[in-house]
Amino acid sequence: MALDKATVARIATLARIKVPEEEQAHLAGELSQILSWIEQLNEVDTSGVEPMSGGAAMRLPMREDAVTDGDRRDQILANAPETAHGFFTVPKVVE
Amino acid sequence: MAALTELTLAEARAGLVARKFSARELAQAYIAAMAAARPLNAFLVETPERALAMADASDKRLAQGSALPLDGMPLAIKDLFCTEGVLTTAGSRILKDFKPPYESTVTTKLWQAGAIMLGKVNMDEFAMGSANITCAHGKVENPWRRRGDNRPLVPGGSSGGSAVAVAARAAIAATGTDTGGSIRQPASFCGIVGIKPTYGRCSRWGIVAFASSLDQAGPMTRSVRDAALMLQAMSGHDPKDSTSADAPVPDFAAALTGDIRGLKVGIPREYRLDGMPAEIEALWQRGIDWIKRAGAVPVEISLKLTKYALPTYYIIAPAEASSNLARYDGVRFGLRVKGETLDEMYERTRAEGFGAEVKRRVLIGTYVLSAGYYDAYYLKAQRVRTLIAHDFAEAFTRCGVILTPTAPSAAFALGEKMDDPIAMYLNDVFTVPTSLAGLPAISVPAGLSGDGLPLGLQLIGRAFDEATVLRCGEVIERAANFTAKPQFVTGSAR
Repeated sequence: MALDKATVARIATLARIKVPEEEQAHLAGELSQILSWIEQLNEVDTSGVEPMSGGAAMRLPMREDAVTDGDRRDQILANAPETAHGFFTVPKVVE
Repeated sequence: MAALTELTLAEARAGLVARKFSARELAQAYIAAMAAARPLNAFLVETPERALAMADASDKRLAQGSALPLDGMPLAIKDLFCTEGVLTTAGSRILKDFKPPYESTVTTKLWQAGAIMLGKVNMDEFAMGSANITCAHGKVENPWRRRGDNRPLVPGGSSGGSAVAVAARAAIAATGTDTGGSIRQPASFCGIVGIKPTYGRCSRWGIVAFASSLDQAGPMTRSVRDAALMLQAMSGHDPKDSTSADAPVPDFAAALTGDIRGLKVGIPREYRLDGMPAEIEALWQRGIDWIKRAGAVPVEISLKLTKYALPTYYIIAPAEASSNLARYDGVRFGLRVKGETLDEMYERTRAEGFGAEVKRRVLIGTYVLSAGYYDAYYLKAQRVRTLIAHDFAEAFTRCGVILTPTAPSAAFALGEKMDDPIAMYLNDVFTVPTSLAGLPAISVPAGLSGDGLPLGLQLIGRAFDEATVLRCGEVIERAANFTAKPQFVTGSAR
């Protein structure tokens, strides 16, 4: 399936990656090439086949719902690009 | 005595225990070798002081006669493993200053076994690549050169820095991770051993996630025995990783009996690709002859969905990556590029922080997971994945291990195969199916190409049967008697 520039722009918005307009056409070409290559999967009959959703046939284990870690605020904030008063900060989102 | 950096891990361990040299002397030899290997750009961070402090602790234990299994072994750690307080970038600009406040389970286990850290090694950005050309910190160079051709070659990827550090004798062994071939293909390109264990064998906790249903850690070493010893220390159940297998870990070194008499070795007919170089075919045939001579029985098998493994992988891995990489948003860690609004800040941060290949895969992943396309692409790929796993299960009713080439070519030069993403993806044609099925597989150096570059053979095993993979791998290793060394080490042609 061939992607157009508008679709590339929509995916880029969904992925929160800024793609300048002048790059959209080139990227549309590249992604279309990859998609048409992966579409050969349509040759495989998968009717009645269960999807494999993990790397192994296993049931996910349950654990007790208990706090096992914590009190590490400063350590965690140490990697943040911007903090204030012991919090992460972001541009204003509510007027 | 040969230079300390020429010893395998098993030999160095014996030398330490016999007090022929100290852990400090071994560490110093590797610190010097690591510095000498800087032109290859394998190491991103060198931690010589930490290495020496750890070596001194090893020497104390050795003197007391209470040596740990990997005491004094200087390791290179792929930059995908979180190391407490030591820069961990996953080869990406978006994590350029990230110092994790915790240590990955696998590296914790290695330090608990007495191993020592030399530094962190380069890789394709977020482990997405097969040539170490997508690293944010510059490409890595293979220590091998073609005969009569001095052009630099790629080391393979994504664990390229790991493979180069081991091949160039700048580390005794290294950790790697493998999502679609990222341990095995660079091992083949650099003439070393690399094993991807069964999915769930090694904890993924503290390893920067690429595609969570495929990622596995494993050792990269200069011998099969070294791989067995190191895998022993890396393996085991970890409650912090919900997909970690609660399965007993056998004694891998004890499995190296050299006896494969009567073992049925599957030869998949679909791996004879059109246009595969004759020397890869010939190498494969030599491998078949070697195992026959050792008393094993080759049997032809069919893995009929082989040609669909790569397209399946290139839906599933980008889909999982697009979800895993959503966390890089410029808020809690890593790069932030300012924007007027929150969305603009996200979009600019990710545009500047991610390289071209990562963006390409995140966009593909976002597309195949988006409303209206999820069933046609993602669910379809998951169903084909089931069939690929069935193919292997059926094959393993007829054989105990499968023998194939590791990669369809030897290492290529920088600049070759680089314009077409799909041509690059084909590097992993023999390794991706195993990853999709979650099975263990090893690459063992088995010979040289016509122009003098290493080529690997791959052995694939049943789930949790690394023991057979290693045993058969060691038989191939002995028969191949691969003693060639890269030009960077011998000093010729540079």
